[in-house]
Amino acid sequence: MAVLTEEQTMLRDGAQDWVTDRAPVSAFRKLRDSGAGTMDPALWKEIAEMGWAGIVVPEEHGGSDFGLTGMGLVLEEMGKQLVASPLFISGLVAATAFRQMGSAAQQGEWLPRIADGSAIVTLAVDEGNRHDTARTALTAEASGSGYVLNGTKTMVIDGMDADAMLVLARTSGAPGHSAGLTLLIVPTDAAGIERHGLATVDRRGHAKVTFSGVQVGPDAVLGEVGGAHAPLEKVLDVARVGLAAEMLGMCQQAFDTTLAYLKTRVQFNTILAQFQALQHRMADLFMEMQLVRSAVEHAVREIDAGGDGAEEAAILAKAMASDFANKMTRQMIQLHGGIGMTDQYDAGFYIKRSRLLEMTFGNAAQHCERWARMRGY
Amino acid sequence: MNVQDSQLSAFRAEAREWLDKNFPKSLAHRGDEYFDIAPRYPEGEDWAAWRKAMCSKGWGTPTWPTEYGGGGLTRQQTLILRDELEKIGGFIPLTGIAVSMFGPTLLEYGTAEQKQRHIPPICRGETIWCQGYSEPGAGSDLASLKTRAEDIGDNFLVNGQKIWTSGSMHAHWCFCLVRTDTSHKHEGISFLLIDMKSPGVEVRPITLISGKQSFAEVFFTDVKVPKENLVGGLREGWTIAKRLMQFEREGIGARRMTVGELRPLDEVAREYIGTDAEGRIADLDLRARIVRHQMWERAHRLTVARVADEAKTGPSEATSVLKNAASHALQTRGEMLTEIMGFQGIGWDGDDYTQTEKDSMKQMLQNKAHSIYGGTYEVQANIISKRILGMLDHQ
Ligand SMILES: Cc1cc2nc3c(=O)[nH]c(=O)nc-3n(C[C@H](O)[C@H](O)[C@H](O)COP(=O)(O)OP(=O)(O)OC[C@H]3O[C@@H](n4cnc5c(N)ncnc54)[C@H](O)[C@@H]3O)c2cc1C
Repeated sequence: MAVLTEEQTMLRDGAQDWVTDRAPVSAFRKLRDSGAGTMDPALWKEIAEMGWAGIVVPEEHGGSDFGLTGMGLVLEEMGKQLVASPLFISGLVAATAFRQMGSAAQQGEWLPRIADGSAIVTLAVDEGNRHDTARTALTAEASGSGYVLNGTKTMVIDGMDADAMLVLARTSGAPGHSAGLTLLIVPTDAAGIERHGLATVDRRGHAKVTFSGVQVGPDAVLGEVGGAHAPLEKVLDVARVGLAAEMLGMCQQAFDTTLAYLKTRVQFNTILAQFQALQHRMADLFMEMQLVRSAVEHAVREIDAGGDGAEEAAILAKAMASDFANKMTRQMIQLHGGIGMTDQYDAGFYIKRSRLLEMTFGNAAQHCERWARMRGY
Repeated sequence: MNVQDSQLSAFRAEAREWLDKNFPKSLAHRGDEYFDIAPRYPEGEDWAAWRKAMCSKGWGTPTWPTEYGGGGLTRQQTLILRDELEKIGGFIPLTGIAVSMFGPTLLEYGTAEQKQRHIPPICRGETIWCQGYSEPGAGSDLASLKTRAEDIGDNFLVNGQKIWTSGSMHAHWCFCLVRTDTSHKHEGISFLLIDMKSPGVEVRPITLISGKQSFAEVFFTDVKVPKENLVGGLREGWTIAKRLMQFEREGIGARRMTVGELRPLDEVAREYIGTDAEGRIADLDLRARIVRHQMWERAHRLTVARVADEAKTGPSEATSVLKNAASHALQTRGEMLTEIMGFQGIGWDGDDYTQTEKDSMKQMLQNKAHSIYGGTYEVQANIISKRILGMLDHQ
């Protein structure tokens, strides 16, 4: 674990206490069983009141400007108990997009509302079977002084709860090209938008959103028209590191729960933890988890430092965390035996959530490809 | 051609003719729909007709003796029958625990009366059996089981609890390991057949992470079981239990994926991910892993065949690896399907996903059990290292 400042330690401890007290995985189970929705608005209110939605927002816009270092700590704690909240997509991703790509006016309009939780803003980028921004086909055609949007987005995170979306649209060029992409902020209640919730395996809030002749003004555009690809990749790298932090927390909990089980479950007149085969399995998992932690903590620092190392660090963190989360959640089930296969035990929640996070904003294979390209081989 | 060869080719001709007349063409290549641990057979006239035809002929259980309703075929005849079935997309319409595990065991260890009573209904596809082995405190350490069977004259009085009992919600009968002697661990176990309709039997289904309810807890409270339902002698249950587990592992070790997306992974990947200008799957890392997986599957199939071949002259040591090799193949395939289908592969419900896509996700989750039931991956590895390789524990 990285050496933390006093403020960071307080933030992490506060997150840990709140999560275990207010939003343990049993709370998520209740939410799922009630079928009442994909997040608990009361919890979101508490999260906002504690100021976490403003962790990456500058102080002048009502945030605390603790950076990804701070947000990573909170996401990791939330990952442990699979807390369902829009903190990641609104508080980290949308806030970062406004910070890095928005005009002063856009920042002034949106960042304070993101920071105090009164607005949930999400990102609508994906269209096909897998994450690939260059393939964007949804069009934004110039019309009057603004634009008209037509097309469909999928896997919009917390899309049903969002008040606005940052939509990646094609203003020129053809799907497959990274040039000609533009990011626009669109309120979810705009005429011509149809949303419906996707029943994904993790039972969290993902939406499919259809845009039929949705009109927006010229001030909806973030950054340059046609030039969103490169700056958005930077925002997405921040998102990927946030996901890696969440996966790290999830893995840590899966590991701890498994270890505790092996220390109590008795077979052959002894606790399972006495079997060398299992000791070595856990030692290997522990080793890999340490590597993932280093990768995540490094990426968080690189992103906050804002230097050239951020891209490589983000790739490393997302790829390694995805691979390890896949393995750790499988082993969690395997090492629990029959009980791990039952819905009443939590292992199933972890594997289901993991499979989504693994592919969100690019899976391990896609990031390995990026790594190789970045190095020119 | 020698006598044996000409007899076999006569059998082949006979089988072909019979199958041609009796196999409903509408069922061609649909055998996979048939497989489940607890068989609840697909409905429809053709399905029923095919089952009836094969069962009357005894070919639902081709190698079992004709006196109990089996086909009485030799190993070679059975291979020919399977071969002819495969040619027309046919399949043997009986499956499940009774056919693959319990029947063969009872044929070896049961009395004539027990066989006469239980085997014919299995051959007719009428009875469903479940396996009452595991208990909350007895999983890998199965022999520590506690369910008691007390001698009360004409009957045993059974008290205790089983868990993870697949298909017990639909089962007519349960073959159950019970403790008849508490002073010995393995030697205190007996093998008892329990009618699931007996008073005192209670079944509570358990939901799996896949959403399926394929197993349950089974509670026995003062259940009276007639003494004639004891298989083998008192306290001989462990030997029988182990023999049955051999049949179980052989079956599991040869099993293929039968639910969800069944096409080869490369075909699925071409559809979901697309190809580059040279026709290669447009994800080189995935492409290489698909190759490795296909090679593993191929080599596993070859090992299944080699084991069957070597078994003619005695037990093959490769038998011990089949189950773990199969788990690896099945689970890798499940994970890769999820990855390939991507955002379409993580659906649980609703019209945004095809049935095949949803089934594939659920199957990926369900098949995590493949390395748990029938002896876990680790227990199999212990068997390989200790019994086959002679690597004994440090004393
Ligand atoms: C879908 C499904 C269907 C099933 N159907 C049936 C059924 O029909 N009838 C029935 O009787 N049972 C059934 N089972 C139960 C199954 O046989 C047991 O789950 C299995 O034997 C493991 O026991 P356990 O769950 O108690 O795990 P445990 O024995 O507690 O094992 C937990 C973990 O410890 C490991 N472990 C245990 N001992 C050792 C050791 N000595 N060395 C190294 N590692 C070890 C295991 O491999 C496992 O990873 C089913 C299980 C599942 C999941």
